[in-house]
Amino acid sequence: MNRFFAFVLKEFRHIYRDPRTMLILFGMPVVQVLLFGFVLTNEVKDANIAILDPSKDVASIRLTNKLVSSGYFRVAANLQSPEQLEPAFRKGSIKLALIFPSDFGHTLDHEGTAKIQLIGDASDPNTATTLINYANAIILNFQQEYAQSSLGVQQAQTPLILAETRMRYNPEEKAVFNFVPGVMTLILMLVSAMMTSITLAREKELGTMEILLVSPLKPLQIVLGKTAPYLALSFLNAALVVLIGMMVFGMPMRGSFLLLGFECFLYMFVALSLGILISTRAQTQMAALFVSALSLMMPTIVLSGFLFPRESMPVFLQAVGTAFPATWFIPIIKGVMIKGVGLSYLWKETLVLVGMAVVFIGVSVRNFKSRLE
Amino acid sequence: MDYAIQTDHLTKTFGNFTAVNAISFEVAPGEIFGFLGANGAGKTTALKMLTGLLKPSSGQAWVAGIDVTRKPEHVKRRIGYMSQKFSLYEDLTVRENIRLYGGIYGLKRTDIKSKTTTLLEKLQLEPYADQLVVGLPLGWRQKLAFSVALLHEPRIVFLDEPTSGVDPLTRRQFWDLIYEAAHTGVTLMVTTHYMDEAEYCNRVSIMVDGKIEALDTPRNMKKAFAATDMDEVFRKLARQA
Repeated sequence: MNRFFAFVLKEFRHIYRDPRTMLILFGMPVVQVLLFGFVLTNEVKDANIAILDPSKDVASIRLTNKLVSSGYFRVAANLQSPEQLEPAFRKGSIKLALIFPSDFGHTLDHEGTAKIQLIGDASDPNTATTLINYANAIILNFQQEYAQSSLGVQQAQTPLILAETRMRYNPEEKAVFNFVPGVMTLILMLVSAMMTSITLAREKELGTMEILLVSPLKPLQIVLGKTAPYLALSFLNAALVVLIGMMVFGMPMRGSFLLLGFECFLYMFVALSLGILISTRAQTQMAALFVSALSLMMPTIVLSGFLFPRESMPVFLQAVGTAFPATWFIPIIKGVMIKGVGLSYLWKETLVLVGMAVVFIGVSVRNFKSRLE
Repeated sequence: MDYAIQTDHLTKTFGNFTAVNAISFEVAPGEIFGFLGANGAGKTTALKMLTGLLKPSSGQAWVAGIDVTRKPEHVKRRIGYMSQKFSLYEDLTVRENIRLYGGIYGLKRTDIKSKTTTLLEKLQLEPYADQLVVGLPLGWRQKLAFSVALLHEPRIVFLDEPTSGVDPLTRRQFWDLIYEAAHTGVTLMVTTHYMDEAEYCNRVSIMVDGKIEALDTPRNMKKAFAATDMDEVFRKLARQA
């Protein structure tokens, strides 16, 4: 055990002394999440909204003006009745509808609280969520202004506007926050598979692998010792991505953290074994990098349902996609984080990942040994 | 007599290609045994079999009295190894490298500490103990690598072209270390490209196309080939092949 510990310590030193590795490990996840997050959720300038305002009082008109003057929204339709809502959404001419009650200003002034309804078009879930978040922020700001202005009756406290949000067409938010699970899948694949294949190839390239093989360390110990630090760092990365998703993009976390942690660990293990498999073939760091990038990163981005919905892929590509762990891992994260479901719903995906882990680690250990024959 | 290394028709084939062709030789304890041959003559393959990295196709080999084919793991504990490529990690400090190898070979923490002190003192590396190895001159690194290979007090040390790329003066100093180790009873098996170094060995074997074509002391070999130095022996032998 002492032997193994000495070896793991060495690997950690390699990692933190190499600025490039550190950058890939910790800079890239942050940049990628933010980048994907904002790229996939932007385009909120001048979004068309519909207003249904039966009250037409000072408060509701001021709030409407405030929304419009923010530059994010443009009133495309002034609806007269709730029945007009459906056709407006269906036409696709509006992205968001704001519905006031008939006594908005009155209740706000006298009871200190009023309700409004925000309805988003969830067939474009990323945009809808962003719009609602923006609108909520503006409404919050309006409350404070309203309280300070002399318009309101003597108020002891800030009036409360309760915004109730609804998603149309896509109430389960299927594909909402697609990018957080996607980026997590990508990053973990990158760190676990690519980095391990590179670090193992590096020992070969430098000739230090021979020294290790001649030592009493067993091949399995060498592989474990080299991958353990990356497993630990990947875990840290997963936590970082989830945290950014929740804090910056308002990603929900409805399921159990324990289950999420376990599933991440399982997925990382699969990725690690793939990395080891690649390194048993690749002789140089460059070769390892190319093989991992082409055979792992591309399918993870393109085929797993991260960028393009799998439902709209040709059947053939859907079938190809099932061969990659990411395809199974994305539904797991979405299930745990967004739907809050447990293992009883995710057992199939989990079982597939377990199967992949067993197969890949088996093949790579065999490959690693056969090199010595 | 118990030999440090003994092989009996040791053979390694890769498909149709015979890299090592039934070599048999013995090395006595404390001997400095030169393992010479052109590139591709089979030296590295033979060395890999003796260190337990490759399984022989046929024949047998005993290292430190242990059957390499059957118990390669037992052999590994008893041997030291230093390769032509640089054996230390450049992004670790001198001290960390020593600690790492001590750890890998299962030395006790207190032993590692005391051995580190003696080693640094002997190589006069104390001022550089906490510097990254990448900053050390090549010659110093090679000496350090050799000392690290001796850290767990192996009975046999394999040196695979340990001095390639090192200047003549440092090479001479390196050989002083080899002699010193041999005096304490360590057996050394050295491969080298430098024919002047072959003269420093007690006995020398020359491999040509997977076979050992000559094996003797440098003096006897020069006499047999009517040569003035080992370089000439080598060239005459290569011409025969």
